Formats: sequence, C-alpha cells, structure tokens
Amino acid sequence: MTDMADLPIWAALLVAFLVLLGAVLTLIGAVGLLRLRSFYERVHAPTLGTTFGAGGILVASMIFFSMLETRPVLHEVLISVFITVTTPVTLMLLARAALYRDRAEGAECLPVRHEVGPANAGPDPSQGD
Amino acid sequence: MSAAILLWSLTIAQILLAVAMAIAAFRMIFGPRAQDRVLALDAFYVAGMLILVVLGIRTGSTLYFEVALIIALLGCVSTIALAKFLMRGEIIE
Amino acid sequence: MMRSVLPYPLLALSLLVMWILLNGLSVGQLLLGGVVAVAASAVMAQLKPAKPRLRNWRAVMRLALILPVDIFRSNMAVSRQILAGTGGRKISGFVAIPLALRDRTGLAILACIITSTPGTAWVEYDSNRNTLLLHVLDLGSEDWIKLIKTRYEQPLMEIFG
Repeated sequence: MTDMADLPIWAALLVAFLVLLGAVLTLIGAVGLLRLRSFYERVHAPTLGTTFGAGGILVASMIFFSMLETRPVLHEVLISVFITVTTPVTLMLLARAALYRDRAEGAECLPVRHEVGPANAGPDPSQGD
Repeated sequence: MSAAILLWSLTIAQILLAVAMAIAAFRMIFGPRAQDRVLALDAFYVAGMLILVVLGIRTGSTLYFEVALIIALLGCVSTIALAKFLMRGEIIE
Repeated sequence: MMRSVLPYPLLALSLLVMWILLNGLSVGQLLLGGVVAVAASAVMAQLKPAKPRLRNWRAVMRLALILPVDIFRSNMAVSRQILAGTGGRKISGFVAIPLALRDRTGLAILACIITSTPGTAWVEYDSNRNTLLLHVLDLGSEDWIKLIKTRYEQPLMEIFG
C-alpha cells in the first residue's frame, strides 16, 4: 500500500482508466452470456473479455509495475499473447462441437451445408430460455 | 492522492469482475445445454485470471502473475478438452 | 551451417524472448535461454512441421495495424448491441463464404482473426469445397462476404502466396 503513493498522478489515472475499461468490458461480455438468446450468439460474448478486457488490465499492470520499479516489467505480454492465441482455438472447437451436436439431433434452422451466401437469418435451434 | 485513485478504481474493478464471474457461474449452473456450460466455464476462467492480475496490482507483488499465467493455461486446456468431449463422447445420447 | 543450427529462427527468437521476459535480463539468463531456444528448435526440426514462408513483410505490417482498430470497433459495436436490450436487437445468422486462400497456416491465422474479433465467429471449414461457415451477430449492417475477402483474405494471400 505504501508504494502506491509514489506513483505520479498521471500514471495513476492511466492505470485506473485501463483497469476500469478492462473490467467493464469483461462484465459486458458476461452480461452478453446472460442476455443473448441462442448458443451461437453467446459464442461472441466472451471475446469482449479476452480481447480488450484482458488487454486493458494487463497493460495497466505493465504500466504500474514499470513505474514502480523504474525498469520495464513486460512479462504480462506473455499472458496477453497466450490469451489471444488460445481463445479463438477454444471457441472454434466449441462452435464446431455445438454444430455437430445440433446436426446429430437433426435440429431445424441450421444452415444448409453447401450453400454460398447468407444462409439463414432465423432464430437458432438451441434456444435457451 | 494517486493512492486513493488507485485504491478506488481497483476496488471497483474487482467488484465488476466478481459480478462477471457470478454471471458466468449462473450460466454454468443453469445453462440449457452442455455447450453453454463449457462456454461459461471459459468466461469464468478469464474473469478469475483478471481478478488475480488486479489483486497483484493492488498488493504491489508480482507473485500473482505466475498464478494468473497458470490459470490462463489450465483454462484453455480444459475448455479444449471439454469441447473435444462434446464432439466425441456424447454422440449417442 | 546457420540452417542446421537454427532451422526455425523465428521460433528460437520468440523462445529466447519468452525466457528473458519470465526470468529477467542478465548474461546468465541470456545464455541459458539461448541454449533452451536452440535445443527446442532442434526438437522441433525432428517433428518436421510444414514450414510457412512469409513472402510479404509489408502486408504483415499492414494487417498488424488494421487488426487492433477493427477489434476495437467491433468491441464497441458488440457491447452496444448487448446493452441495447430487446428493442435494438439485430438479426444474427450464418454466412457461408467461398475462399480462395488454400495455405494451411494462412487459414489458421484467418480463423484466429475472425474468431477473436467480437461479432464474427468461425464455425466450420469445408476443405473439399473450400468454403467457410461463419456466424455473424449483426447480419444486416454489412456485406460480410466482401468484407472478409477484401480486408483479411487478400492480405493473407499476399503474405502466404
């Protein structure tokens, strides 16, 4: 706690802004998880938290420790690189698994396999609530 | 002054992230289908990792960084494993 | 000589950078990280992965500049849509896109770009017909086929050929 007062005020404001931005974006992503209607719509929600949500908080952490220790502390870059590489892979696998399961159950309103262009705009089969 | 700004914003951020975790936990428990629960687990992991990073800023210790890194790793691996399981394990329901 | 010691220079360099970031910069850590990087790329050479070749560095830089801006814009669009509630609901749905890009690394990077941009998610790729199935959160606002093809596929084809 004593270290925090050593930080210049512009750096404190910047860190506060970035942390709050990241937290708000992550929260909006979670709210999207709650409010969007079907699974395929909900897949989009967590990417808010993993792109700029995580980015904001990690950059804030980098600025904070670099200012305190007066040397660049950059190891948060590793987490952000890791998150940006792995999240698309997991979401892609999950979307494919959901599509596979819906097809196996013969759900309606799924896109026709070999058609090019906007497939269908109706509500999705895996309607939640 | 800067300590006050930081303390307040970090506390608010922690509360927001905790609410995000609670919402993800709600989806995980009540999610209508298995894929919703796995998606919520992924969001839950990310929010938990961010809470630890904020905690690290708050206490001024870099120790939490390693914890956050490991949580990010485990979250990714477990979600991939669960997605694979959804594809292969439950074909005949 | 160079080729036999360092078959994957980019991989070795990024391993070394990761080691330094984790352990701090000093001569000892630099040496240790160098040994780890060379050993790991030698192991990687045993696996013989397909070696992607970057042809056009300017296209790489252009794509790296476009991406954060696009991700920021779609972050804003998606959060507005989530907060708008039932009144401002947009129509979401699937879009099938015929691709000209065939390179496997290029396709992997395209998948990462599309999925990590909020609002679009990669659902399925059909390698026989080379078509891609996307799910888009806001179907009405743009011509998604044209957007994906000109904004992301074109630079990736320039990079990977």
